[in-house]
Amino acid sequence: MNPTGYGWLVLAFPLAGMLVVSLGWRVLPGRAAGWIASAAIGGAFASSIGMLLQLLDKPEESRSLVGTAYTYADTAGFRADLSILVDPLSVFMCLVVSGVSFLIHLYSLGYMTSDEGFARFFSYLNFFVFSMLLLILAANFVLLIVGWAFVGAASYLLISFWYRRSTATGAGIKAFVINVIGDVGLVIGTFLLFDGTGALDYAGVFAEAESAFGRNDGELVAACVMLLLGAFAKSAQVPLHTWLPDAMEGPTPVSALIHAATMVTAGVYLIARMHPLFELAPAAADVGAVVGAVTMLIAATIALAVTDLKRVIAYSTMSQIGYMIMGVSVAAYGAGLFHLMTHAFFKALLFMGAGSVIGAMGGVQSLDRMGGFRKAMPFTFVTFTIGALALAGFPLFSGFFSKDEILAFTLNRGGGYAVLAVVGYLAAALTAFYAFRMVFRVFFGAPVPEARELEEGHIAHADPANPATGEKEDTGVGFPGPEHHVAEKEPSMKAAMAPLALLAIVAGAMGIPGVTDTLEHFLEPTFEDSRFRETHPSEGEEWLGLIVGGAICLLGIAVAAVMYLRRPGSTARLRARLAPVHTFLENKWYFDELLTGLFVRPTAAFGRFGRTAIESVFVQGVLVGGAVSIVRAGTSFARAIQTGELRAYAFLLVAGFSGLVLYFLIVSI
Amino acid sequence: MDIGWFVVLSAFIFAIGAAGVLTRRSPLVILLCLELMLNAGNLALIAFSRMLGNQDGQVFALIVMVVAACEVVIGLGIIVAMYRRRLPIDVDQMNELRG
Repeated sequence: MNPTGYGWLVLAFPLAGMLVVSLGWRVLPGRAAGWIASAAIGGAFASSIGMLLQLLDKPEESRSLVGTAYTYADTAGFRADLSILVDPLSVFMCLVVSGVSFLIHLYSLGYMTSDEGFARFFSYLNFFVFSMLLLILAANFVLLIVGWAFVGAASYLLISFWYRRSTATGAGIKAFVINVIGDVGLVIGTFLLFDGTGALDYAGVFAEAESAFGRNDGELVAACVMLLLGAFAKSAQVPLHTWLPDAMEGPTPVSALIHAATMVTAGVYLIARMHPLFELAPAAADVGAVVGAVTMLIAATIALAVTDLKRVIAYSTMSQIGYMIMGVSVAAYGAGLFHLMTHAFFKALLFMGAGSVIGAMGGVQSLDRMGGFRKAMPFTFVTFTIGALALAGFPLFSGFFSKDEILAFTLNRGGGYAVLAVVGYLAAALTAFYAFRMVFRVFFGAPVPEARELEEGHIAHADPANPATGEKEDTGVGFPGPEHHVAEKEPSMKAAMAPLALLAIVAGAMGIPGVTDTLEHFLEPTFEDSRFRETHPSEGEEWLGLIVGGAICLLGIAVAAVMYLRRPGSTARLRARLAPVHTFLENKWYFDELLTGLFVRPTAAFGRFGRTAIESVFVQGVLVGGAVSIVRAGTSFARAIQTGELRAYAFLLVAGFSGLVLYFLIVSI
Repeated sequence: MDIGWFVVLSAFIFAIGAAGVLTRRSPLVILLCLELMLNAGNLALIAFSRMLGNQDGQVFALIVMVVAACEVVIGLGIIVAMYRRRLPIDVDQMNELRG
């Protein structure tokens, strides 16, 4: 089979899994739905490997293939196909997405066992993975937009999975609305590109772009900024990031799936895919780089103050995506995608560990209530710490190589980009600090009652309450299930976390400067037309960057260790002294309030105005009321002449004819 | 003979028929008056046919007679049916189609 054949299989497996699970959930026994869904994603992963092997067989210059199933529309100057593009970039993304998603499915098998919506959960998960793979494999903008919108819809379904929890439905709506803003950006960007180049498929647009627009042409920059808007909304970059922390309302595997491995990396993928355009429009690329840098810093500072375990990880995701966006925007494509991969591994791992801890706490997510789980949960402790080390960029862990490669590339661009790199190093220090703030607060210190209970072998009694509001809930459909699960007792959760932990340690080996460049070499065919192909830091600079990055990481971890292990009370004093800063950070830089004031309130006010003034006065009163009264008057006249009197009808007939005859008589004279 | 006389006679008969249709309440009389109106038309057709010297008008008159005969058959049938059901034979009382 050729690579595109495998590409179609990659899409077919999750789609089939979704259909089987969602249509057959009534007849599927026990946990079969979960196994079918997991097998479907496993099939997609296997097909991705098939795609990879087929692609590696081909010579480098012919490693970009388009497979067309049928043509949607073909008219003068417009052609839209249902076609997929298989090239190193899409194969790489497919491998990461389907591989990590497979492990997350496995994890969910254990984590979601007691939930009433077990089959529904897995059909959503499969739909989500299908949408994401569609987005990745699309060979033209039409299919890209389809996948892009599907992903938004799937994330809405998954975030508000516990649909009887009002905070969860609110978060789902927020995520969906912000994602739709991004969708609109993407669609407008596509319009502008189509307007200029007359093509909708990537190859056509890229080939025409240079002659159609020219360098830094206004329309091209506008189109790229619109694409960036889509990327920012999907990848939770400032100021469209507020949905991501709220999305933690979803079940923990969803947080791992959407907010680590897949959905949020769509923006990074988009920029990497559109690199010929962004290189023609450096102004737009600079916007991406600056926003990425700003996001990584803002998110890292918020993560210092947030006390919800999952939200800390969510902010770290935002921050790490900021690195990737900055990386691909400064043309460090290989480095950005390398970080995307390593981040997918260690962030999914961190979320899984967090899910296990939350299970042990009976659903409580606040760091303030946790502590001393080291002995009670040795497996979770080890894997979570590995994830945190990789996140912090501890030497020789995967995040160490990937993050510092981005920063080395950024520094190498010189000029203003050096400032961005410095921001990146600053954020790296904060990252190391908050990563170990989590580790030390969760696993070290005096064991909390839940930890003691677990040490004795049983899980703390689940408290069915909303962790955000403390509201009491029942455990029926639409609420979390009655049982909680920890990795120590669930083989499937362990089976998912162990490979990720391994990958979080060794994945860095794919890009050690001067030693290996497996990933960069593999991705080369996609990016060979890049004009920055020859500008990369020397090995010496990269190693210098690694040493600096490692030192910064150690510094951050050391500070965290001092504050949380050696002098546990020091944080409270610090908080008291820096109260305004703490409040500012705890309120997430007031972004929610800012967006509410700037957009939500005016829109709501406009909506109310529309309802009272336009709808009830103009539409209901004039348009609907006018039409109704015209019809009513007409019918009452028609009713009045329907007397049922034969002679009256005859009279009307005669009078009418007489009138007609008279008229003609008068006319003829 | 001048065509004017025929046309005037035809108009008179037509007017008498129309007046009958409008004023009488018995369906039987109304049917008769309708016949009167149709035959007024026939008279005019034949008169003009004679004047112009071709036979088209006569053919029309024959067709009108056939139609009139059919109409009478149906009309009389309805009247007989009404009579058998002891319904009032009065068009003013049959106003159930009022809107």
